[in-house]
Amino acid sequence: MRSLIDINDLTKEEIDELINKAEDIIANPEKYSQKCKGKKLATLFFEPSTRTRLSFEAAMYELGGNVLGFSESASSSSAKGESVADTAVTVSCYADIIAMRHPKEGAPLVASMKASIPVINAGDGGHNHPTQTLTDLLTIKREKGSLDNFCIGFCGDLKFGRTVHSLINALTRYKNIKIYLISPSELVIPEYIKDEVLDRYNIEYHETTDLESVMPELDILYMTRVQRERFFNEADYIRLKDSYVLTPNKLTSAKKDLAIMHPLPRVNEISTAIDDDPRACYFKQVLNGKYIRMALILKLLEVE
Amino acid sequence: MIVNPISNGIVLDHITAGNAMKIYNYLKLDELDCQVAIIKNCPSSKMGKKDILKINEIIDLNFDILGYLDPGITVNFIEDGKIINRLHLELPAQVKDIIKCKNPRCITSIEQELPHIFRLTDKDNSVYRCIYCDSKAK
Repeated sequence: MRSLIDINDLTKEEIDELINKAEDIIANPEKYSQKCKGKKLATLFFEPSTRTRLSFEAAMYELGGNVLGFSESASSSSAKGESVADTAVTVSCYADIIAMRHPKEGAPLVASMKASIPVINAGDGGHNHPTQTLTDLLTIKREKGSLDNFCIGFCGDLKFGRTVHSLINALTRYKNIKIYLISPSELVIPEYIKDEVLDRYNIEYHETTDLESVMPELDILYMTRVQRERFFNEADYIRLKDSYVLTPNKLTSAKKDLAIMHPLPRVNEISTAIDDDPRACYFKQVLNGKYIRMALILKLLEVE
Repeated sequence: MIVNPISNGIVLDHITAGNAMKIYNYLKLDELDCQVAIIKNCPSSKMGKKDILKINEIIDLNFDILGYLDPGITVNFIEDGKIINRLHLELPAQVKDIIKCKNPRCITSIEQELPHIFRLTDKDNSVYRCIYCDSKAK
């Protein structure tokens, strides 16, 4: 029985297999519409989420399965003090697979150590969010045709942005990737990502505070939100939240086939005037998220 | 200074000078009834100076704690005055309940029953990270 807690739990071959499966689902949805008939997904969301929870639920419904669960900790027994481990053992009696989001880092790992069914980490605080990474990889593959040979700029909150850390980690497996890290000095990428990921795998990267100066070089621009919930101090959040706002003006020097990605939700960091630009991929990313989760559920449930 | 050889027991040799008391405390050797000798700052050709602990009884040792605290230690098991087994310790791949995770965002901060487990992620720099939240051990 396999769980997915960290993107590094998957080999490059397994990631490629999931991407291929997702593309096959996109091409032939009817072939998969009853694959999980009689199976149940438990969505245990101890923290609010729109996209991730609905995406998991839509994925399971489109595979012919059913869904049960809760969408906030107040409506679960954790409000009475139940441990994550006990919740996981209990839910194992009712469902075939768990998708868990929790504000504390490592909670889904604890669940996977005790559950008798596969556990998918649907986000644990500012730590890991592997299905977002798979979503991002599928989007890059579909937009660029390959996961090798491109220049990607990560912009915004690179300190707390778990999607950025996780995607950088995954990209180390692919060839000829160049990375620009664009952030205010207070929100730069953590040292350990530089030491233990970028330097260790010899990835070419450059840090800058100036988005417009690197714009012409980018094949992909990955925007992020400055997340209020990651700050202990409201004043710091207010000061930094408007650091980078992408507007049509800033795109004048960008490549014609640039792919603009964002894990969403956005606040104001991408102007809505860009939504109709063909280079905007963030809503396609949302849709890709459903397909890659379908592929993942099939894999972890060992459904052919 | 003369400390008699032991006939049955364990000698922890090549302890980094100054580490003997820390190891004595972590291994809870004060709770033993047998003789224990702490020898500090012995001359050593390899290390310049070293500490040695002699325990006059074969006891169960936690090699993970020992390896984590001082990976250069040699453990000699003595029986009838002879060394019957010698172990050269190295940094353990994982340690349990030796280091505490101090990250307030980690699940261990709210679930007291969970063991604090750290994994060796960078052997060259002796870096251990919490298996739950990946925080670096300090």
